[in-house]
Amino acid sequence: MKNAEEILALIRDALPQARVELVLNPSVSAQHSLRVHPADMFAVASFLRENQELVLDYCSNVTGVDWPGKEITEKVKVTKIVDGVEQVVEETVKRTEPGFLEAVYHLYSMKLGPTAPHGPVVIRMRTGNRTDDVSLPSLTPVWRSAEFQEREIFDLFGIVFTGHPDLRRILMWDEFEDHPMRRDYIDPDDYEYEPTPHDEVLKRAADHAKAEVAQ
Amino acid sequence: MAVEPDLKIELGKQGVVVTTISEIYNWGRRSSVWPMQFGLACCAIEMIATTMARYDLARFGAEVFRPSPRQADLMIISGTITKKMAPQVVRLYNQMAEPRYVIAMGACAISGGPFKQGYNVLKGIDRYIPVDVHIPGCPPRPEALIHAFMMLQKKIDAQPLTGEDRPRHLDAAAQGEFPIPVQGAHDLEPPVNRLVWPLPAPAPSGDCG
Repeated sequence: MKNAEEILALIRDALPQARVELVLNPSVSAQHSLRVHPADMFAVASFLRENQELVLDYCSNVTGVDWPGKEITEKVKVTKIVDGVEQVVEETVKRTEPGFLEAVYHLYSMKLGPTAPHGPVVIRMRTGNRTDDVSLPSLTPVWRSAEFQEREIFDLFGIVFTGHPDLRRILMWDEFEDHPMRRDYIDPDDYEYEPTPHDEVLKRAADHAKAEVAQ
Repeated sequence: MAVEPDLKIELGKQGVVVTTISEIYNWGRRSSVWPMQFGLACCAIEMIATTMARYDLARFGAEVFRPSPRQADLMIISGTITKKMAPQVVRLYNQMAEPRYVIAMGACAISGGPFKQGYNVLKGIDRYIPVDVHIPGCPPRPEALIHAFMMLQKKIDAQPLTGEDRPRHLDAAAQGEFPIPVQGAHDLEPPVNRLVWPLPAPAPSGDCG
């Protein structure tokens, strides 16, 4: 069984230009993954499939992850001239880290099967941001089983897979505009009737009742 | 006008049958309700079990499941109604001929059930079409569906042929077609048909957050 480091070494040997890095999973499962630059993804995926030591011919799962942008407050020490004297002053700096979307693929080998099991081999790639730069290369030409799951990610997360043979919404209707699995999705206000409202639901039901009375 | 039950029994002993038009009319209707053959989710499995030999819905005259809404009297909403499916359910209901009845079977059909807060699940079919009998349960047992069926038969039995409370199919002015919601950019439009769902319910007390 090859682990992520060994697979990374194989990729580096075969495709020295490919931008691949190891993403460590610090939890007990230690399921490390490989992050691949979108531009190199097609070559890396084809290599993983065709390489005779790996033969990762089965893509069992494709999923999306939404990483919203976050605001980070940091204390930075800055040297400043205060009243003609150079001093080290501590300043709080706020910066926003832009968010991005991620597509994660889980690969196994059917051909090697139980004789040399390795898997899941996890590869992932990231979009530039969450608004306009959301294109990633589709891996459906490499693994046919990715077709419906990439459509699902397109539907629920809004990642556009270039090269996908049939990129349409799969769960929601075509006229739908939102992406419900994004963390900033706001579900429609249909809180007319809540038999046992509590917490967030109670607040939304009360807001709805107020809005309805105001109309 | 109803016949006195004691008198009816006494006359029956003498070989005389006394009845009313509405009684015999409703007896005929309630004894052969044809449900529509359509299932939405796991409740449909219980509905199928109800029709099979062990529970045998045929005892109540409802063994003929019709695959066409034109030939069906009863729609059993058996399962989760997604927002993608809801317009089709309302359309099928519109295509059924009067008199028609609806049983909302299970938690999802009543209120959305465990998926109530989901982005793609309708919070109960009674937002768009009138429901005659609600069955709680997840899923309800076949006995519960049979009980609902008996409740529906009682309801049909009690329907008067004339007067204010007469059923929709005997009232020429009654509304027969229910608006089909349109799939909009964020939700179904309209999200509720106020004619069949005249809430809002009493506002939840407290402004707590």
